[in-house]
Amino acid sequence: MSVVYEVPVGPVHPALKEPVAVKCYIEGEEVVDVDVILGQNHRGIEWIGMNRDNPVQSLRMASRVCGICTNVHPLSLVQAVEAAADIEVPERADYIRAIMLEVDRIHSHLLWAGVAAHELGFDTLLHYTWKFREEVMDLAEYISGNRVTFEMEMYGGVRRDIPPEKYPKIIKAMNYYEAKFEKLVEMFLNDKTIALRTVGVGVLSREEALKLCLVGPTTRARGVKKDVRVDLPTMAYADLDIEPVTPDIYRDEVVGDVYDNIVVRLFEVKQSIDIIRQCLDQMPNGPILAEEKLPKLLNMLKKASGEGFGLTEAPRGEVVHYVKLKEMETFYAWKIRASTYNNIPAWEPMLIGAQIADIPIIVASIDPCLSCTNRAVVLDGGKEKVLSHEDLHRLSVQKTRRLIRYGK
Amino acid sequence: MGINAFKRALWAFHVNTGSCNGCDIEIIAALTPRYDAERFGIKLVGSPRHADVLLVTGPVTRQMAPALKRIYEQMADPKAVIVVGNCGISGGVFHESYNLVGPVDNIIPVDVYVPGCAARPEAIIYGVVKAWEKLEKVYGAEGG
Ligand code: SF4
Repeated sequence: MSVVYEVPVGPVHPALKEPVAVKCYIEGEEVVDVDVILGQNHRGIEWIGMNRDNPVQSLRMASRVCGICTNVHPLSLVQAVEAAADIEVPERADYIRAIMLEVDRIHSHLLWAGVAAHELGFDTLLHYTWKFREEVMDLAEYISGNRVTFEMEMYGGVRRDIPPEKYPKIIKAMNYYEAKFEKLVEMFLNDKTIALRTVGVGVLSREEALKLCLVGPTTRARGVKKDVRVDLPTMAYADLDIEPVTPDIYRDEVVGDVYDNIVVRLFEVKQSIDIIRQCLDQMPNGPILAEEKLPKLLNMLKKASGEGFGLTEAPRGEVVHYVKLKEMETFYAWKIRASTYNNIPAWEPMLIGAQIADIPIIVASIDPCLSCTNRAVVLDGGKEKVLSHEDLHRLSVQKTRRLIRYGK
Repeated sequence: MGINAFKRALWAFHVNTGSCNGCDIEIIAALTPRYDAERFGIKLVGSPRHADVLLVTGPVTRQMAPALKRIYEQMADPKAVIVVGNCGISGGVFHESYNLVGPVDNIIPVDVYVPGCAARPEAIIYGVVKAWEKLEKVYGAEGG
């Protein structure tokens, strides 16, 4: 007799972001249907931002959209406002912005790699990657003064310069990562256990990725060469030499599974190192702000009217901010579209047909901005059995062991 | 006191009630090798039933308030609650939002407040130590 059980995953989990609930319908060991319930993390950021006293205060809201891509949202917002109000950004500021965006990406991808290792039951690797990540946190603190919320952006430029005295330390951090990169690749990509759990898991074809309009590493792992930094270059990216990273950089062919996700994210860390080096080499001199006097800037924004879009390639994919100014103290309209919004539909085709033990790694593979206490309820003929995140994690660890011992 | 402190390991459960994740990643950073709170037995667990300490981040959105309450009730006594980050303490940057029922101490009793936006790992560890002291006092009173 086949019975379909319901396994809700969420809405709370320690290592990830925004609380979200994923309901999986299970037949035996297999996922047959998936439902996603969103909205637990709704704080009304756009509304608060539109009701603040002035646009500079709203900018601080943008940093708190997400603490992980903390530089991405303010960056998109300032670009949108600059487009709406016709503000010309000095070249040096463009380079500093690009550097901060890449610093953000390195920390975010390493964070994800650690979480992915944890989901597979490989906690040693979680600790190793997070130790490795601390170097870039130090660098962020060295440049911006903060570990998490950088607060570097300002309309018309950046708030802090990176003076040439600071270059050596940045270069040293990049050397550190370059030296450790081989080892990281070795540990993640040549590991038998990780390969057993990720190769052929959560496969999605290139066509599906295109049809679902996925963004960021989730789509690049399926072989789609889509990257805002290359397609619509803003800031310093137009001057730099970059290519979207796809899994064929390491593997012979693109499979589109979770393993490909790891490949893309790891090699993007390398790409970011490269971009930071290029930016430091080519950094132009000059001012870092279009308008240094805050009251004058606010006045300018108050008088401006128009609409603007700001697009940024976040660690998770394209982030879009839309702003409309209408000669008001604050924004007339502000709309954010974050990358996870596009990537969530990928869960359905990836999860259907997968085993229960694979749910954590597949859910984590898109690097969702979700924050859930992954507890699950298995409805068994009227009797409820609650599977916590820990139970799911245990199932995942058991599967890893089983694969190592018996190969099935 | 003294060596007493290390007799039992302190387990924490973390719940995000609508935070921006800034403080959440700092909690994980506090546990991983740079700060390495795990060497003292401080560890995140996957179930509130196993936890001595509840770490709460976020300003408590309307949808998360019942979940937070339930998690608190599921924890065994004696327990301590630590709020990490400004937004859980006072609403922080989100204070005027229409979708908040927080801050956290509107929903459940709080023992330790760790300010910062985001709170630094050092501050989080200090907060956990303070909670530990409270728990030890309670255990002491029970003669445990
Ligand atoms: S206190 Fe600040 S950094 Fe921490 S979760 Fe709240 S908004 Fe984010």
